Formats: sequence, structure tokens, C-alpha cells
Amino acid sequence: MTSEETVKSAPAAEEGEKAASAAPPAGDPPVTPAAESPVKAIIARKAEEEKKAEENAPKELTDEQKKSLARFHRRKKIQGPRAFFTKVGIGILTVFAAVSAVIFLLPTVLTITNSFMSQSEINSNYGVVFNAAAGTGKVFMSKVVNLKFIPDIVSFSQYRDVLLKNPDYLFKFWNSVILTVPIVIFQVLVALGASYSFSRLTGRLKEIVFFLYIIVMLMPYQVTLVPNYLVSEKLGILNTRLAVILPGIFSPFAVYLLTKEMRRIPKVYYEAARLDGASEFNIFVRIVMPMVNSSLASVAILIFIDYWNMVEQPLILMKDEAMHPLSVFLSKINSGDTGLAFAVAVIYMVPSLLLFLYGEDALVNGIASSATLK
Amino acid sequence: MDNKEKKESGAASLPKPGPEAGDKGEKKAKLHFPSVPGKEKREKEKKPPRVRYVEVTDPKTGKKTLKKVRRKKDITDPNTLFARVLVIPSLIGVMVFFVVPFIIVFYYSVLDNPINKSFVGLANYKALFANKAFTQAAVNTMKLSFTAVPLAVALSLLLAVLLDSKIPGKSLFRTFFISPMMVPIASIVLIWQVVFDQRGTANTILSKLLSSWEPVDWFKSPKCLIVIILLFLWKNLGYNMVLFLSGINNIPKDLLEVASLEGAGPVWRMFHIKFRYLSPTFLFVTILSLINSFKLFREIYLLTGSYPYDGLYMLQHFMNNTFLSLDYQKLSSAAIIMAAAMVVIIGLLFVVESIFGKDVEE
Repeated sequence: MTSEETVKSAPAAEEGEKAASAAPPAGDPPVTPAAESPVKAIIARKAEEEKKAEENAPKELTDEQKKSLARFHRRKKIQGPRAFFTKVGIGILTVFAAVSAVIFLLPTVLTITNSFMSQSEINSNYGVVFNAAAGTGKVFMSKVVNLKFIPDIVSFSQYRDVLLKNPDYLFKFWNSVILTVPIVIFQVLVALGASYSFSRLTGRLKEIVFFLYIIVMLMPYQVTLVPNYLVSEKLGILNTRLAVILPGIFSPFAVYLLTKEMRRIPKVYYEAARLDGASEFNIFVRIVMPMVNSSLASVAILIFIDYWNMVEQPLILMKDEAMHPLSVFLSKINSGDTGLAFAVAVIYMVPSLLLFLYGEDALVNGIASSATLK
Repeated sequence: MDNKEKKESGAASLPKPGPEAGDKGEKKAKLHFPSVPGKEKREKEKKPPRVRYVEVTDPKTGKKTLKKVRRKKDITDPNTLFARVLVIPSLIGVMVFFVVPFIIVFYYSVLDNPINKSFVGLANYKALFANKAFTQAAVNTMKLSFTAVPLAVALSLLLAVLLDSKIPGKSLFRTFFISPMMVPIASIVLIWQVVFDQRGTANTILSKLLSSWEPVDWFKSPKCLIVIILLFLWKNLGYNMVLFLSGINNIPKDLLEVASLEGAGPVWRMFHIKFRYLSPTFLFVTILSLINSFKLFREIYLLTGSYPYDGLYMLQHFMNNTFLSLDYQKLSSAAIIMAAAMVVIIGLLFVVESIFGKDVEE
């Protein structure tokens, strides 16, 4: 009845389905008279549905039902002392949300503000933790950690040091980039093709293969890294960047997400394009691609975060520490460089935070569309 | 061949689809568009049935018999050829990097060693379960997962319900809650170290609040799980919350309205309608959190290095150390056991979900 309200795209999809069924079988010359029928079929069906909806509409409500309906909608109509309590309730909820929001933001904000402390300030505040400058004895060091929001003196010296004096961190940053960027680009490209196939093809074999993809996707690293290691050893790419990049490219996560998205495209679009003489390639490029644009963005962002964050794969597949990404290297900071580490940590967040700022809505929609496994 | 026979005998194919053919059609329809009614019917109309019976006349005896004919798929059909070709790169990649080597891993797990290749049956598995490091890692990982996953599910549902209520500034709150997801763990580790050191902020605050509080070294005591779980929740709640929000949005509002018309109270609505419609989301969030909890090695490694406190020794630590010694038997049998455990757990979750959420999807 009112399913239109809840799932906006559903009616369109249904109509498309119906029309597709009435359309001539694929490949027939487009002149067949059946080509007209989809429209009529849709109109007829809609009229039918409307009739049904009218018939099903509640005719008369008993008093009790009216009362309970009012109870259901009471939030909108509330007045008097009740409204006051509702407001208080909302106020409490808001405070609760605000507190949790602060907790969620705190670690990030602290890292950012602390990156503007000079090394000596870091030492005096956090020296106990990182055992910094313990031998020199000249530096004041608080006995207990002195967590600070705002540095006493805002200094950019850490950033200057990272960017100009300490090329090691920049190399590691670059390592992260050349591992992550190819994975993101090629996983999306490979997945684009595969998900198109999975959304267009039918048959049991396809179902089995897709199920296999889901299983692989659900396996933790402890399982997948062993096969990956074996293959990279056999292919002779162990301890090279390819050993991390290639399994990343073929990871089935993007295939799964994009397939779900492409299945939403009404079949009638394909039929219509074919009737107009579009080739399969054109259908893919002109119809499918524009429709999955935003989910492509969200998939790319999700893959980026995942691999920007990676630790397990480089640890096992690349023994050479010079090739390790910054995510692994950051944990191995020297105790004297704690201040630098804060600055590097912030630099390391910047790409993903920027992606978040620009693509938050696409990201949220992408996650939401993946909400069930079926 | 088939076509010729048909022509020769001149027999019309009986439009009886085999019982299995019909079943398949239904399954397929459910998988794709659960909400579209009458899909099975159309699938049948579109294609000739997979299996049909053709009348064949034996040229010698003249007897008529029914012959089963399976419809062959036309692989070179231009309409699907492009789609078929597009899947190939991904398929090859998944086969080469995941599926085939996994079968080899299974093969290795029942071998003496990769060079001798003599079959030893379950000996490797027995050795693995006798291995103290493995059992401890397994127990630790299970402890962590069984604490972290329910917490993650419950708290993210709470956040989702919170954002579904009528509070102001929802989109801002949403942004704040999701933001940890975008922050690399490596960047945040420093703050965690500062807060949870023996002389760190957490101890200072707690000792001010509770006079009896003894400062603990969080990373080297049984309390270490708390620290790791906090980090896990901080990182993962946002993602789960978005999943729950989309699940809540998909609960049909008219159903709730009808239920309250019939006199159902808010609690009844919550358990009998909302939760049941959310059950697929529950399933997905649980599985996702489970997988993410297996990834917690990352956090532990970044916080405490390769050799953490005993209580934080996870399966991934075990795997890493075994990789260093390249003990293929241990590695492969451990991987197989993990895979089996995952399949069993996910299967169980699916069963629970199908019991709880049956008859919800039309």
C-alpha cells in the first residue's frame, strides 16, 4: 500500500521489471508489435493497483482505533505538560549524543593539537611514557602524564622537521601511497567489470561463484594471508610490493558492494537501450556507469581506508622494512622523536580525512546499501 | 543434435518444466528482488525450461518414448557475451590468489611436509591443538571477540536509535560518530599510549574518582582487554551505526501504524516488528564486527609490538611468528581451522537470523 514511502526506488524497479517481462526477447528485431505493450501493461497494472489500494483503504475506524492512531501520532500533536516532558527527554538525549560525540572526537582532536607542541613540551608532558630524555636530566619532566589540549606555545617546528629534515617519514608516506593507490584504482576497475557480470548474468553457476566471493570476503586475514603467501612465493613476487598489491586488487569486497548496487538498476533500462540499438559496451558505459557513480566513490573511499590502514599484509608479505608503509613504521618511532610522531600521525590522517570531508554522503550511502548480506 | 531430433520426430516439446526447474526459479527470484511479486512466473515465460521432454520415435520398432533434453546455454550469445567477458579478470584473480591456493593450503595441512608429501591425516591438527601458543592465542581471540562483538552491536544500535530520535543536529552527530572510521589506527596509537600508561591520564583520573584506585599498567595486566576493546568500539561503532540506521529506515512505517491501530504497545512493536525487520542488519553487523575483531591484531601490534602481554597474544601473532619460521604444516592447519570456525559461526548466525526473521521478507 504505502511501500512507496519507505522504499523510494522500489516502485520504479517494479515497473521496470514488469515492462522487461513484456518486452520482446533479447535480440529480436525492434519492429515487433510487442514493443508497444510494456507501456500499456504498466498503465493497466497501475490502475489495478490504485483500485486495490482504494478497496483496501480503511473505511471506518472504531473509537478505540482512532484513539490508538492518535497515540501513534502523538509526537506531532502533543500539548500541555506532556510536551514539556517530551522536550526534557529530547534534551537528555541531545546531551547524551553530545557527550558521546565529544568522546568520539577527542582522540583525533588531541592528536592534532598535540602535533603543534615542540619536542621539549612533549617531553615534559609525556616523557614518562616514551622514556624520552631521561638521561639528560636537564629537561623538566612531569612525573605523571600531563595530557594537554592546547599547547603552551604553538609551534610548527615538528612539521618543519618532518617535511624538511627527516626524509625517512616522507619515504614511508610515499610507500603507503604507492601501495594504496594502485589497489584502489585497480580493485575498483576489476570489480566494476565483475559486478556488471554478476548483476546481468543468471544461472546457477553465477550464484555459486558469487557465493564463493562472499565467503572469500568474509575470511579474516589469518586465513587469507597463508594462500596469498603461497602464491606470491610461487610467482616469485614475495618481498616485493606486488605481493601486497595483487591480492589487494582482486579482493572481492568491491565486487560484492557494486553488485548489490547494480542489481537495483531496472532491467527495462537495458531493454530500452537495446531497442535503441546500443551495443553492450555502450550500455555499460552510458547507462550502468553513470548510475553507480556515487557508489563507486564510496567503494573507493572504503578500500582506501582499509589499505591506508594496513599492517598485517606488509608485515608478512614484505620482509624489507624499507618498503613498509607509514602505518607500520609509525609504531616504531624512536623515543626521542615523539614530537615528530605526532606531526607524522596528523600528516598520515590528512588524506583520509580529506576524502571524508568531500565524500561523506556518498560514503554513508555506500555503507547503507551494503546493509544486508543477501 | 537436439533440434534435429525434434524435427525428425515432429514431436512438440511438452511444456512441463521439471519440478526442480520451478524451484530454482523461485530461489533465484528471492535472491535478486525479494520484493517483486510474480517474478518466478516471468522467468518461466522468458526462457524455455531447463529440462524438457521430447518424444522420440525409435526408427526400428516405431515405439514412441519420452526423452529428457537439457537446454544448452549459448555461451556466445551476443547479449550476455560482454558481461561474461567482464568477469574474467576478477575471476582469474580470485581463483589465483584466494581459492586455488586455499585448496593447496588444505592439501598441505594433511601432509607430512611439502617436500616429502606423505599423507599424515589429522596429525598436523592434533599437533596444533597440542601447541600451547596456539591454544592460548585461540582462547584470547575468542575472549576478545565474544566481548567486543556484542558490545559493538548493542552500542551501535543504541547510537542508531539515538540518531533516529528527534534530536537536533543529527547530521552533525552522524559525522562525528563516523569520523573515527577515517582516522588511521597508527595515528591514534600515540594518544592511547599516553592515556593508558601506568602514569597515564586514565590512572590519574580514576585515582581522583576512586580513592582506592591502584594505578595499573594497562597494557601489562588483565585489564588490557578493556583498552583494546575501547579502541575497537571507538573505531567501529560509526560504521555499524550507519548500517543500523539504514535498517531502521527500511522498516515499513505503515506496518507500525497498523500495529498501533490494533493496540500494540511500543514494546511489542519494538520486539515483534522493528527487531524482526532489523534481523538481517543484525546478522550483517555481527558478522562484520566479528571479522573486524579478528583484525584487532593491528591495534595490539601498533600499541605493544610483536611480543605483547600474554593476554593480548592473538591468533594473528601466532600466525606471524609461524610465518617467521615458515612452518607450513602449522600455518596451513591453523588457517584451515580458522576458516572452518568462521564458516560454522557464520552458518549459525544465518540459522538464528532465518528463525528470528522468517516471514518478514514477503
